[in-house]
Amino acid sequence: MTELQRPDVGLETAQAPLRDAEALTTEERTQFQMIITRFLRHKVAVASLVAFILIVLFAFVGPLVWKYDHNIYRDIPSDQPPSWDHPFGTTRAGQDVMGQVMRGTQQTLKVGFVVALLTTGIGATWGAIAGFYRGRVDAVMMRIVDVIIVIPILVVVLVLAGFTRGTTWFSVALIIGLFGWTSTARVVRGMVLSLREQEFVEASRAMGAGDGRIIFRHLLPNTAGVIIVDATLVIASAILVEAALSFLGFGIQIPDTSLGLLIQNAQTAVFTRPWLFYIPGFFVIFIVLTINFIGDGLRDALDPRQQMVRR
Amino acid sequence: MTVEAVSETPAPVPAREVLGGVRGLKKHFPIHQGVFRRQVGAVKAIDGVDFDIFRGETLGLVGESGSGKSTTGRTILQLEKATAGSVTFEGTELTTLSTEKMRKLRPRMQMVFQDPHASLNPRMTVGSIIAEPLREHGVATGDERRQRVEELLSLVGLEAKHANRYPHEFSGGQRQRIGIARAIALNPDFIVCDEPIAALDVSIQAQVVNLLEDLQDVLGLTYLFISHDLSMVRHIADRVAVMYLGKIMELAPQEEMYAKPKHPYTQALLSAVPVPDPDVEENRRRVILEGDIPSPANPPSGCVFSTRCPMVQEKCRVDVPAFRELEPGHWVACHFAE
Repeated sequence: MTELQRPDVGLETAQAPLRDAEALTTEERTQFQMIITRFLRHKVAVASLVAFILIVLFAFVGPLVWKYDHNIYRDIPSDQPPSWDHPFGTTRAGQDVMGQVMRGTQQTLKVGFVVALLTTGIGATWGAIAGFYRGRVDAVMMRIVDVIIVIPILVVVLVLAGFTRGTTWFSVALIIGLFGWTSTARVVRGMVLSLREQEFVEASRAMGAGDGRIIFRHLLPNTAGVIIVDATLVIASAILVEAALSFLGFGIQIPDTSLGLLIQNAQTAVFTRPWLFYIPGFFVIFIVLTINFIGDGLRDALDPRQQMVRR
Repeated sequence: MTVEAVSETPAPVPAREVLGGVRGLKKHFPIHQGVFRRQVGAVKAIDGVDFDIFRGETLGLVGESGSGKSTTGRTILQLEKATAGSVTFEGTELTTLSTEKMRKLRPRMQMVFQDPHASLNPRMTVGSIIAEPLREHGVATGDERRQRVEELLSLVGLEAKHANRYPHEFSGGQRQRIGIARAIALNPDFIVCDEPIAALDVSIQAQVVNLLEDLQDVLGLTYLFISHDLSMVRHIADRVAVMYLGKIMELAPQEEMYAKPKHPYTQALLSAVPVPDPDVEENRRRVILEGDIPSPANPPSGCVFSTRCPMVQEKCRVDVPAFRELEPGHWVACHFAE
């Protein structure tokens, strides 16, 4: 095999366009380098990534540095607007809002992360399998999705709260995740239905690839763009659902806190003590926004068809 | 012209080794209708096809679009489940083989696809596309695999450094070379080329066909070359089968097929090929077929070609003509061919 001669069939003409392209993309890059380069071209995404890292540091390292946490302290004055001692102000009960926002951001990020992991993991796999096998498998799997969509999440939480004493951030994330993957599954199924008819899937089958390999190596990577965008939307809605659950007394409970809980608690204070409402509100919006931009940048970076040229 | 063609292809040796073949192969796609998805009919994509493929030859399969030639190739490779009939490969019956046993046989038979844009996964690098069959069948690992990929790339006229690129960075012809590299990665005996040049520029077609021919010489490959390009099939094929509406109309060695076609359909097809000689071209007699190819869901009774045949007789509309061997190796499905 090694002594085979290379057939030089019309190589001259075949190579010509390639040599031109050589001038543009000069050196060899590994796949990872190419993804990084493409991500760095997306200025807003890079800025968002920096901002997001700062938020994460604020939420996870901040509490170690800052003098107050989210609990009530006797020496904290009540109802103070932002000042040097308390940059985000204080609550009536005597809590430092910055300490609360740190803790709240931390809990909210954890919930969002777990929910995103669960929904994309379950939803993408479920949708890909349903779309790939079609027929009866698809019908049964998608009817299950329909059933899950109509189950009100609040009822499930109520029932579960009856069994378990109190709810932690993890159980909240688990419940939101286990009920929130349906839209991802539907979107992925739709894409897989069209992708499975492409010739490269047939080529893979012709070479003897099994179903698992076709689904996870060929179909799912081609839905990555949609999955990432979907995940960013899911995180955003998870934060809001968590807030609603907390408000009803089933999510993260006082004295622990989350951004959603802080906003809900401050609803009556919008006009009288605006810092209680607007500061956690700003954090929610900022987190969702940065995640959306990062997702946008990631989607472009992971798509090899994207141009390396600056836009 | 004829002399040249003969000198190019060696005269067929009578006792050739049969690599595989199909007998009475049928593939019907059901048509469902109504609320209960009742089956109301079937598209008879292939409706009883017989032929053998000899080791080392190129069998050209030509026909209009919708004649079932692609389906034939796919059914042979068990990418479609045959409705009836048998497919054999080195004496093994493929249609009844379990998926796992078929998987074990897949390295022996591969496919080159029509559309080089759709047949390569856009998310995978060229290197991993070519390495996929090696990985799937656990043939080589690590450095050995990388080496084999480089070897394959150079074998199809690409460079080792192209392994890190993505398919969209290549031209159509280059992509088809990648598809070919993937097909030969496991050292197959048999390759179905499903219109491998139909999607390419004319200038690139010759390059790819020459590459296929060179690889055949070097690796001892057997091809089923599906095409609607009669001139290209004449160039590459040793034997030619003409398909029409799911049936083979005529099967003959290449020189014989092009010199003295016996079936009226083949005659009509060949008369449509332009001759690169203005004098001959001007006086060329064209047999113009009337109408379109009938629907394979409702094929004509008797001979499927009877609705368009210029020499149609009453018998043709009633009796299905047998696929007869008129001369050694020259098979025709027509009542009146001789």
